[in-house]
Amino acid sequence: MDFFKRLFGGKEEEEQTQPKPKQVDMATTAPLSDQQIQMIVASQTPRYEIKQLIAAVGQSVGKQRDHNEDSVLALTATLAGNADSAPFGLYVVADGMGGHQFGEVASNAATHIVGGNIVEKFHPYLFRMPAQSLQESLQEVMESSIMEAHQYIQREAPGSGTTITAALVLGQQVTIGHVGDSRAYSISPDGRIDALTRDHSLVQRLQELGHLSQEEAENFPHRNVLIRALGQGEVLEADVFTVPFPFPGYLMICSDGMWGVVNESDIVRIVRDAPNLQRACQNLVEAANAAGGPDNITVILAQLIG
Amino acid sequence: METKNITSPIGSYGSGSDLGSKAGRPQLLPGSVLLNRYSIQDVIGIGGMGSVYRARDTHFKNVTKLVAVKEMINSAPDELVRRTIVQNFEREANLLAALQHPSIPRIYDFFTHEDRSYLVLEFVSGKDLENVINEADGFLMEDQIISWAIQLCDVLSYLHGHQPEPIIFRDMKPSNVMINSSGDVVLVDFGIAKRFQTGIKGTMIGTEGYSPPEQYRGDATPLADIYALGATLHHALTRRDPRLEPPFTFAERPIRRINPNVSMELEAVVNTALNYNTAERFQTAVQMKDALMNVARKTGALSKLSISVPAAISNSIKPIWNFKCEDEIRGAPTLHQGSLYIGCYDNNLYALDAAEGKFQWKYAAEGGIVSRPLVYENNVFFGSEDQNLHAISSRTGKLVWTYHTEGRIYSSPRIADGHLFFGSEDQDLHAVNASSGRAIWKFGSDGEIHSTPLLDNEMIYFGTENSSFYGVDFRGSLKWRFSAKRGITSSPTSKGQAVYVASLDGTLYALDAKSGWAIWKFRLGKGTVSSPAVADDYIFIGAADGFVYCVDSKNSKEVWRFKTDNQVGSSPVIYKDSLYIGSADGFMYCLEYRSGRLRWKYETGGPITGSPTIFDDIVYFGSTDGHVYALFA
Repeated sequence: MDFFKRLFGGKEEEEQTQPKPKQVDMATTAPLSDQQIQMIVASQTPRYEIKQLIAAVGQSVGKQRDHNEDSVLALTATLAGNADSAPFGLYVVADGMGGHQFGEVASNAATHIVGGNIVEKFHPYLFRMPAQSLQESLQEVMESSIMEAHQYIQREAPGSGTTITAALVLGQQVTIGHVGDSRAYSISPDGRIDALTRDHSLVQRLQELGHLSQEEAENFPHRNVLIRALGQGEVLEADVFTVPFPFPGYLMICSDGMWGVVNESDIVRIVRDAPNLQRACQNLVEAANAAGGPDNITVILAQLIG
Repeated sequence: METKNITSPIGSYGSGSDLGSKAGRPQLLPGSVLLNRYSIQDVIGIGGMGSVYRARDTHFKNVTKLVAVKEMINSAPDELVRRTIVQNFEREANLLAALQHPSIPRIYDFFTHEDRSYLVLEFVSGKDLENVINEADGFLMEDQIISWAIQLCDVLSYLHGHQPEPIIFRDMKPSNVMINSSGDVVLVDFGIAKRFQTGIKGTMIGTEGYSPPEQYRGDATPLADIYALGATLHHALTRRDPRLEPPFTFAERPIRRINPNVSMELEAVVNTALNYNTAERFQTAVQMKDALMNVARKTGALSKLSISVPAAISNSIKPIWNFKCEDEIRGAPTLHQGSLYIGCYDNNLYALDAAEGKFQWKYAAEGGIVSRPLVYENNVFFGSEDQNLHAISSRTGKLVWTYHTEGRIYSSPRIADGHLFFGSEDQDLHAVNASSGRAIWKFGSDGEIHSTPLLDNEMIYFGTENSSFYGVDFRGSLKWRFSAKRGITSSPTSKGQAVYVASLDGTLYALDAKSGWAIWKFRLGKGTVSSPAVADDYIFIGAADGFVYCVDSKNSKEVWRFKTDNQVGSSPVIYKDSLYIGSADGFMYCLEYRSGRLRWKYETGGPITGSPTIFDDIVYFGSTDGHVYALFA
């Protein structure tokens, strides 16, 4: 994997051919219209070039809890070289549970261990010039990081557990690791919203089996029962998969204090109406609090621009 | 989030695949002595909260009396939690001490020392059922499973009949069932067994995969143990671990579909135990035992072994035609405007009439031809062991031009914008003008190139025998390089932003098309030269271990695998809802690509290493028996 090397000017093996003279079809004397400018810009932007990743975070303890058991990590890096750009982003939401403050311990451990592990693995490629390429695949790095957090929680905070939804963005792909009922969504500019993750919850499972209708599910008394959580059970299987980063559009990761309180169409409206990602996150959190804020609220929004 | 699940088992006795086992906690070393009495010999199991040791009870000086010592390390920082854990432990000890049954280990002693509590139990020498399942070469015998199931019903009915309150085991699963040296079952790990008090909701615990739906709601009744026994039997009969599947999906994995040797009667008993609705399960372990006894009587399972009947596929397929060449065919054919072009080790490229298999012309190269010919603008292009790329007229078979490289050519040419791209054993990737036969550029790699390049996203991707994989742009400039552990003969394929390729190192790789980062790796049983195919979200490939694999492209999970009787070096081809692939066992296989189920197979007189070409519901392929075959798809 040489591309980080190349980004940092390691070795340039390209032999440039003669640059073609630029052609502008709409050579009128009048100022160009916005549309014309956009077309020209578009024609000059290579198809696979995306320059940078941006992200924002919103969090609130909510209106009804006295402490926060959600943890969040957002790390965004843009590494641009001569010809390529390689966005790197790491976004994690964890929602802890269990008595005796252990929920906080678990969710905190999950974000720190998963975040730390992944950054450690990629650190040489981000800031050094390693002679050897990364031996593990992105999915292996994600999976082993989640397993390490799982074992740590079992050891140090027995009885507690946490959800985790972690997204590793590298280039234009996002590798997601997921356990529990926090969620990752893709939101497209035309207003479509799709959950990328599947809840590991009893209610979701019963719905999939056709034992609960949508309506029954919404009033199901055990909505908060998980069938998988970090720190719980002998065998943990995280969902790990890789999908294209939603482009154009947004990647959203949130805890159930957000998706369980503000419905999807409102989420989309808030995101599209906001002038920037920071405001969008702020407004999402406000909307969840305005709806009663029954649980801790955490949301991350990320976007590829350029 | 609210408290959802706060109790976890004290530990597990069996040596199942506990993830907690990697926790770096100090274990007692062999030779340590507890209470001046129990001399530790070895670790026999690792659980979530401590280890299980085999120890010798030194009070018996003249005989070797072995005991199992179960350790629980209390590392909880919170005082209240710590106390609860010790209480749970003592509860388990007291519960066990009161039980007497041949399938329940005797308890001898329990004590707490600093932050560790110990339970001294009867040592059961044997293996847990999970290991028995995993270590078996194939499916376990039905009669063996029935006899264990009957014993498990016996011990469950003993527990459920416990006075004053029934005991719910709550954690029935293969790793908690020991098979002792006489082949009888012993239930271990009573970590979460508890006296059942009607009306009191338990905490939500249990092993995912084996527990019934109602246990997740906090209800634990004898019916939960019956479900979990059904789940355990399902696992034992099918060898499919329910922990790796979504909960409550046994009905989606019918036993007899996975293991056709199981009797319908036994499948029905297991299905009854696994009923989602508690009212439709056996209402007592005794009822279930009676049903099992009936099965045993009907199938004679207790007295004789069942005989496995392999699914026979009748080989009644007749080829539409076949054509005999003078030597082995190892490559793949190409179909173009009613003609089939295929290279042979008799040095000839043949043109055959695709409808009837009639000879049209042949062109003699100076060496064997294994590359798949390419037809473009009335010319046929192919490489040969004579080190040349040949361009000949597709109508007449007459030479148009040849292009010389410094090595043999096994890589098949690909075309884009009037340029041919192919690799050679001279370690170069060549770009050649298709009409003039003149070189445009060469890209020097680190090894011989047998892999056929993939042209996609304005990039060229190919592997080398020196374990490299390159992403090169159309101008011949390196964009990235990836290293596998052994050679890459396989030709890449792509979908979306990922490129898929396999290596002789036994790994199928998904690489980011733009950067070359490995997205995932999938382990095949052995190395491969087969090239992957893509359909829907699936990647298909053959390997030298004889299997054809189907892997989910998003999460790299195996969807199915199909066994042939020899190496699979041929590359799969998807046509409609089927997959076609040859094997060195001489057969061409047609599988349903979503399930991996065999539709038909056709036997030739030699190993099949090339890929088929399929057009208009007809499959064309060559075999090392020297024949070209046309079969109905």
